[in-house]
Amino acid sequence: MENRIGAILRAGVIVSALLVICGGIMYLSRYGTVGPAFAHFKGEPERLKDIYGIIRSALSLHPRGIIQLGLLCLIATPIMRVIFSLGMYAKHKDSLYVVITSIVLCLLLYSLIFVR
Amino acid sequence: MGTIEQPLLIALGSILAGFIGVLTGLGGGVVIVPLLTLVFGVDIRYAIGASLVSVIATSSSAAATYVKEGYSNLRVGMFLEIATTMGALSGAFLALWIAPRVIAVIFGLALLHSAYTSWQGIKESTETKADRLAQMLGMDSTYPTPVGPKFYHVQNIPGGFLLMMVAGALSGLLGIGSGALKVIAMDRIMKLPFKVSTTTSNFMIGVTAAASAGIYLNRGYIDPLLAMPVMLGVLLGASIGTHWLMKSRTKSLRILFGIVILILAVEMIFNGIEGRF
Repeated sequence: MENRIGAILRAGVIVSALLVICGGIMYLSRYGTVGPAFAHFKGEPERLKDIYGIIRSALSLHPRGIIQLGLLCLIATPIMRVIFSLGMYAKHKDSLYVVITSIVLCLLLYSLIFVR
Repeated sequence: MGTIEQPLLIALGSILAGFIGVLTGLGGGVVIVPLLTLVFGVDIRYAIGASLVSVIATSSSAAATYVKEGYSNLRVGMFLEIATTMGALSGAFLALWIAPRVIAVIFGLALLHSAYTSWQGIKESTETKADRLAQMLGMDSTYPTPVGPKFYHVQNIPGGFLLMMVAGALSGLLGIGSGALKVIAMDRIMKLPFKVSTTTSNFMIGVTAAASAGIYLNRGYIDPLLAMPVMLGVLLGASIGTHWLMKSRTKSLRILFGIVILILAVEMIFNGIEGRF
């Protein structure tokens, strides 16, 4: 179980870092500079805020969408670890920890999908 | 500001932050937010968003190594993640209602506290007795030592749970891993062995940060062009730091970086009170 969890975490970090690097290179080669300053808070546009917007933006090869997809993968990495643990506890019929893990998973999915 | 220099400098600063984070044992997040806000003039909300992302990256890649070594107590971690994720959600909600300057002051105080605990050093907990709740939750376990696996009991779960909620709330409010507080909850209150506490804390940081990062993403606080150099820089700096730790004695460097963190903490508090956020 420990080895599989380690592999999931490492894979998640590598995939997201690769996406972020790809998006970054695309952005730089297209615009030459990294434009905006971050001194004033404006908030991100709608298409870089929620899961569907980010996936759509990345699929149409917008550089910032690809970077954001990489960051989304990173946020999803601990969630994948929790889902895997849930599967393992269920397999071992450890019902107490199935409940505990499900509570954590619900809180994580709630924050990622529903909360503004 | 639309130049190539700014992101390059942010990346370099983030490498240093990741390096300091590993050497002090405090994690990259505690250095990233002061660096971005004080040095680069980034809005604290964007800084917290970028910091959370880098916290997930470093804790996940470090946890991948620690978990295999068999120190982390996965059951204790999973159970306490209920507390940290609930705390993280409330911290992220609170962030909407608290003025950025107040967040800066709270950040400075949290920084002072974690610098203080990292200076205190390790106090190995003594022999403990069985606790009914811990037995019910199947938490008692063993950890590897040079003379073979050593058994330990877990104590005072309610106390640890409460402090973990505070740690989660600070993580969601400030964009840090809250590793120092998590270690105190497990090491001092629940009486876990120190190495088990630090590795389990690191293991939990990813899930805690993911809970608030999801909210920050939905709110538009995570900017891809800022998070890119920060995340890649911190990851690189942290891996350099890990190799460095294995090779050399770093006592004097730790003291130096402790002073750096102290200065950052005072600056955050001062600038927050002055209303520069």
